[in-house]
Amino acid sequence: MTRGTYLEPASLDEALRLLAEHDGAALVAGGTDLVVGTRQGKRTLPETLVAIHRLPGLDGIAEEDGALAIGALATHDAIERSELVRGRWTALADASAIVGSPATRHVATLGGNLANASPAMETGAPLVVFGAEVELRGQGGSRTVPVEGLWAGPGRTTAAAGEMITGVRVPAPADGSGSAYVRLEYRRAMEIAVVGAAALVTIGAGAVSDARVALTAVAPTIVRSPAAEGALRGREPTAEAIAAAAAAVHDAATPISDVRGSDAYRRAMIEVMARRAIDVAARRAAGEAVPIPATMTVGGTR
Amino acid sequence: MSHACTLQVNGISYPLELDAGRTLLTVLRGELGLTGAKEGCDDSECGACMVLVDGRPVNSCSYLALQADGREITTVEGLAKGGELHPLQAAFLDEGGVQCGFCTPGMLISAEALLRRNPNPSEDEVRLALGGNLCRCTGYQKIARAVLAAAPGANA
Ligand SMILES: Cc1cc2nc3c(=O)[nH]c(=O)nc-3n(C[C@H](O)[C@H](O)[C@H](O)COP(=O)(O)OP(=O)(O)OC[C@H]3O[C@@H](n4cnc5c(N)ncnc54)[C@H](O)[C@@H]3O)c2cc1C
Ligand code: FES
Ligand code: FES
Repeated sequence: MTRGTYLEPASLDEALRLLAEHDGAALVAGGTDLVVGTRQGKRTLPETLVAIHRLPGLDGIAEEDGALAIGALATHDAIERSELVRGRWTALADASAIVGSPATRHVATLGGNLANASPAMETGAPLVVFGAEVELRGQGGSRTVPVEGLWAGPGRTTAAAGEMITGVRVPAPADGSGSAYVRLEYRRAMEIAVVGAAALVTIGAGAVSDARVALTAVAPTIVRSPAAEGALRGREPTAEAIAAAAAAVHDAATPISDVRGSDAYRRAMIEVMARRAIDVAARRAAGEAVPIPATMTVGGTR
Repeated sequence: MSHACTLQVNGISYPLELDAGRTLLTVLRGELGLTGAKEGCDDSECGACMVLVDGRPVNSCSYLALQADGREITTVEGLAKGGELHPLQAAFLDEGGVQCGFCTPGMLISAEALLRRNPNPSEDEVRLALGGNLCRCTGYQKIARAVLAAAPGANA
């Protein structure tokens, strides 16, 4: 293990300066990807660490001009417990509530989850269906990218050297909307999605007026399924319509085989996850209080 | 390069000089001689290394010691007070929730974190709170029963 340098800036500006000054420096927030990766021998700890877990003002969860503003340092525990998130951005609460174990959720952050850019990350698909934007800041200033534009591939983001994620802005779903995120898991805790799906369904006058579906762990990054979305629009959200939409996700699903599942198994299961996510989203849109996390309510492990 | 820091463990301040990559678990067990927290997997799978940092459960095997600088750390050694077992410890003994004992410190810490937040949990809530702790001996039934028995709200 490297002896390394540990830096703990007191402000965001200082953090950005340290990042710029130290070539190859890595941010550490909760460390549940960065430090755990080194324990598992996947990599060594970077020579210089810039610890941001105590930076003030970056862990907020608040409504701003009708949108949800979440700081990069908000933990999954805080997101899962936020009444604001549970009420209007329910799919995100479904996702944060199933990350790791209670100990993981207490230290692991939203910013770390997004920056780690795993195709199996839990918060990605919900943020995609809500059309979230990610704020990146460097010494030169800040910019905003749609969350889908943040990921360049497995483990890679489009953030420039010296840039960090400061927060996420999530537009409010239209009235009459419901959302859900579910995953296939082998174990209730300390688990990562085999595959997963998020859905946002808006219902007006008995029919689906808008729908978004995003898929986890079936492509190099989180992807939307335009075919599934198209199959729902204008239809009544009946079991048949939902099953037909779920069967359409294969347009976007190009899974790989790995230790957690074969490509064929992932293809079969992504349809099931999409069906469950759309079903729960439609039920929530109709006012039904389906408990969070939806994964445990609709057929997950216990 | 070593870095000065102060770990506040079970109410005692320990000034230390630590390398950047040191995990909290190795410091607790090595420098401080607090061997209650165990190393099971050393990569966040088993929960044997669980400690509280500012009252929240943390897998200390995978947490940088320097990130805990100045924060309040509780290990299993900090649960008993004045020679009296903590109610959770007594309940684990009464209910037979301890066999080899390797997982017990982590189980107690996760249970303590739960009960501080929720003094009257359901069995489901207990099982979820202990989801990150593996036990290879007891089969979990007796552990869950012990936590329920120790809950301050249990007899209310
Ligand atoms: C036992 C266990 C179970 C897990 N289960 C799940 C799960 O179910 N679902 C899931 O999605 N994930 C899971 N994870 C992965 C991990 O917990 C999450 O991805 C978590 O949100 C990462 O946050 P962190 O703050 O710990 O990140 P860190 O480890 O601190 O950082 C991760 C990466 O992001 C970078 N980074 C951190 N913050 C920022 C920022 N603000 N801006 C730019 N870059 C940044 C770091 O440099 C690093 O490269 C699990 C991990 C463990 C150990
Ligand atoms: S030793 Fe830390 S989780 Fe297993
Ligand atoms: S008592 Fe032996 S591992 Fe739990």
